[in-house]
Amino acid sequence: MIIKQLSVFLENRTGRLTELTGILAENDINISAFSIADTADYGILRMIVGRPEIAADVLRKNGFTVRITDVVGMIVPHRPGGLHKALQIISENGIAIDYMYAFASGDCKATVVIRADSLDRIIDVLQEHKLELLQAGDVYQL
Amino acid sequence: MIWNAHYECMEREELRKLQGERLQAMVEKVYFNVPFYRLKLQEKGIEPGDIRSIDDLQKLPFTTKQDLRDTYPFGLFAVPLQHVVRLHASSGTTGKSTVVGYTHNDILMWSEVVARSLTMAGVTKSDIVQVAYGYGLFTGGLGLHYGAEKVGASVIPISGGNTRKQLQLMEDFGSTAIACTPSYAAYLGEALAEEKIDRKNIKLKAGIFGAEPWTEEMRTQIERLLGLKAYDIYGLSEVIGPGVSMECSCQNGMHIFEDHFIPEIIDPETGDVLPYGELGELVFTTVTKEAMPLVRYRTRDLTRLHAESCQCGRTLVRMEKCVGRSDDMLIIRGVNVFPSQIESVLLEMSETKPHYLLVVDRENNLDTIEIQVEVEEQFFSDEVRELENLRRRIHANISSLLGLSASIRLVEPGTIERSMGKAQRVVDKRKLN
Repeated sequence: MIIKQLSVFLENRTGRLTELTGILAENDINISAFSIADTADYGILRMIVGRPEIAADVLRKNGFTVRITDVVGMIVPHRPGGLHKALQIISENGIAIDYMYAFASGDCKATVVIRADSLDRIIDVLQEHKLELLQAGDVYQL
Repeated sequence: MIWNAHYECMEREELRKLQGERLQAMVEKVYFNVPFYRLKLQEKGIEPGDIRSIDDLQKLPFTTKQDLRDTYPFGLFAVPLQHVVRLHASSGTTGKSTVVGYTHNDILMWSEVVARSLTMAGVTKSDIVQVAYGYGLFTGGLGLHYGAEKVGASVIPISGGNTRKQLQLMEDFGSTAIACTPSYAAYLGEALAEEKIDRKNIKLKAGIFGAEPWTEEMRTQIERLLGLKAYDIYGLSEVIGPGVSMECSCQNGMHIFEDHFIPEIIDPETGDVLPYGELGELVFTTVTKEAMPLVRYRTRDLTRLHAESCQCGRTLVRMEKCVGRSDDMLIIRGVNVFPSQIESVLLEMSETKPHYLLVVDRENNLDTIEIQVEVEEQFFSDEVRELENLRRRIHANISSLLGLSASIRLVEPGTIERSMGKAQRVVDKRKLN
């Protein structure tokens, strides 16, 4: 249930992100989802990729600061109120979310990537309410 | 105008004789009262009786900033603490300050040399002197304050910062002289232009600026903005504070008050004494200071001395503006900063030695310092909040050690250029010289 997310420290510099995507492309690593948290001086790129360990290694070799972070992928219906219902469950259980981002897939579903301190509890609570969770095998290239 | 013509215009031969007598007495005093000096003299096989005139000065060993740190805090004091009436301190490389002490007589002597300095700038008891140097451990504020009181001027002890108030009092009280760092003077000048204060209400005629390096271009700019004549004052807390030397109205170098502070220029590599006119490291021996006399103290400032007589009538030797430092110290907004201080802060925050770069610049005539810190993987959190916390911690630790607000920029590892041999830790973009 736990998905390995790559977090990369990026300086705000023209072309820096392109260097990173180039390296991933060369190494045949697919990006399933990503988001960037930005400040004036730097950004933090968070992404779900196929083969996260290999991706982390090649990025490190190319001088990037990389960290692998555990996240959960929650699948919600791609229609009004879909996200709201899932978030209600999480907040009603008193779980704080550090950050999240989402991507929609073609089949009327959306995947929400969530980072929180108590990932195990989120997994428990969501399963209790019969919400679908992303499996590692769904996103990683095997 | 000359505050003390007897000493400031003394025949050179007579002055040398006076220096010799004072030197003998000083060496005898430190030999018997400061174990550090006794040991150093004994190592060189020197006894107080071997020092008979100023020509014997070269026999004495040097004292360095490191010696001051090693004897922290009071190890170089030549009098018991009961006789010390004031302590000042400046920043040091490892976070430990350099401490200096003053007896009552030292304060009087200091006031005397600052009074001479202010007189060189034309300040009299009819003047209103705005002291905008920082008051506190830094010697600038109190040094100028006591000197200005000795002259009999009306002193405004406003200290540094609070620019609007500075301008308001300048206008309301009619300050005729101001003392501060040259960068702050230029800043005040620009603020004055912006505040739309009627220039008729600004009565400034003289500025006494020092504690950091500045250029002739800055002088011209400050003089234009504030409508005054800008004078250069030199000093360092180890020797006394401001008032070691001062520019007269001829503005042809700074006269050193040699009856108290004996200057030498040495080759910083060999320690050999160089003749007048040659560039080298400035060394001072204090011959009248009681609490903390210094024997051949190496200032690390690089300059030249000139002994030709000055049109102002003073016979005191003149030193040029310092052209640089023989070590890596930076002077930022009048504060001494060593790259190693920054390093020690960063080292304390992590097990590994971080890479960093200091970028010093000058914006709107105020020195700025940016510290680029490489974010190593062990620092890296993927939460902005955590990274911002790290940045704030670095900022707070550096502010508390240096007393200086630096902007911290987190950069990617490998961004900071690695060099073979001695690391390039400093980029000084300030255009001086």
